Amino acid sequence: MIVAQGLTKQIGSKKILKGIDLEINSGEFVTCFGPNGAGKSTTMKILSLLSKPSSGKLYIDGQDTKEHGDSLRSKVGVISHNTFLYDNLTARENLQFYGKMYSIANLNSRVDQLLENVGLTYAANDTVRGFSRGMQQRLAIARSLVHNPPILLMDEPYTGLDEMAKEILNGVLRQLSQEKHTVFLITHDFDQGLEQSDQTIILVGGKIVHRCNPKGISREDFRQLYLKSVGGAPR
Amino acid sequence: MNFLDKVRVLIWKEITSELRAKEMLSSMLVFSLLVVAFFGFALDADNNLVARVFPGILWVTLTFAGILGLNRSFVSERQNDCIHGLMLCPVDRSAIYFAKTVMNLLLMGIVEIVTIPLFFVLFNYSPPVNIGLFIFATFLGTYGFMAVGTFLSALAANTKSSEVLLPILMIPLIVPALICTVQVTKVLFMGDISTLSPGSVDSMWLFLRLLGGYGVIFTVVPVMLFDFLLEV
Repeated sequence: MIVAQGLTKQIGSKKILKGIDLEINSGEFVTCFGPNGAGKSTTMKILSLLSKPSSGKLYIDGQDTKEHGDSLRSKVGVISHNTFLYDNLTARENLQFYGKMYSIANLNSRVDQLLENVGLTYAANDTVRGFSRGMQQRLAIARSLVHNPPILLMDEPYTGLDEMAKEILNGVLRQLSQEKHTVFLITHDFDQGLEQSDQTIILVGGKIVHRCNPKGISREDFRQLYLKSVGGAPR
Repeated sequence: MNFLDKVRVLIWKEITSELRAKEMLSSMLVFSLLVVAFFGFALDADNNLVARVFPGILWVTLTFAGILGLNRSFVSERQNDCIHGLMLCPVDRSAIYFAKTVMNLLLMGIVEIVTIPLFFVLFNYSPPVNIGLFIFATFLGTYGFMAVGTFLSALAANTKSSEVLLPILMIPLIVPALICTVQVTKVLFMGDISTLSPGSVDSMWLFLRLLGGYGVIFTVVPVMLFDFLLEV
């Protein structure tokens, strides 16, 4: 469970987040929408413990992230439009490296299984430098899952994906949803974002301006709601 | 896996990447060899003045070769935002700093093993009689220099003009280490320390102690600040 209370982030004189209150239950799928510059990626950086909030509290599984940051990081996986992969290492070496950093037991079999899941067994011993964008993104999905995190945070993961990679990512999301992993997804794509979402938030100008359960709301109604929220929100 | 195991994994990643890319070592080696050759042909080795400034020439060459390598130290972490991948791992972030420092020390060690003997050959110098002490002083000087350099290269890597910024930030900070190392080297080149005047030997030990203190300070300060630095 993730609980955020009054999260703010200020860089210089610029206030990026102006008080985010959020509660994400275990196993919940939350999608975050918002225009560019709304503070979505900053929110995700704070939730993933990559960045500290200027003020406010963040709890993961009831533990304050300020005090238990190092150990709580093992509960979080991140998929971003950047892959976090080393170009000069092979696909297998990248996964082994991250697996060792997360102290994974039976690492070799875990790596083999992940490579198979993302359809990259045939390229396991090739350096990432020679991979296409789609292949890199598929490997990035495997990287984010190497430690089987209960919480998965995704920042526009569909950016630059080919159809096969999109299908793999959708499959991963469906599986995670079935296995009751907690998912926080940032996207601009209504179709992808609403499909499995239990809770939807709209972030504008560093504030959550709308939150709802999207089940039962048609895409067109949600689109209208989004446009109204974005247009009417204070900047 | 404990902290040291993770540092070891990070060092393995650094070595594997460098063995494939050869980006840092090749540029450091080529630069230092060119400078050795340049000084070797441009300066008269039999001139007394050259003999007196030899330790300075040696350490300025090694310093600039090191800066060249340090400029590349965090480049691989910027590609694909790999630094975020590391920051997500459940380990104290100072592990990243230690692994980078060890890797930079290894590379600098290779450069010194190749370059210093060449300096001796081209400048007609025989290695110091107290070779163990010379190696120890070289290690301390290199460590102090790399401890500061690795920290600042992480800072500079976040800027657009990192290659210009790093020397500007670094040179004022490494001046004390450089002066101490040059002074120790100078005394060691005078001959066997058991035959030198007590004043020279005392000053050498003083500079060695200062180098040790410098190394301790610039190990503790980066460890304390590295987490904060990565978030800037």
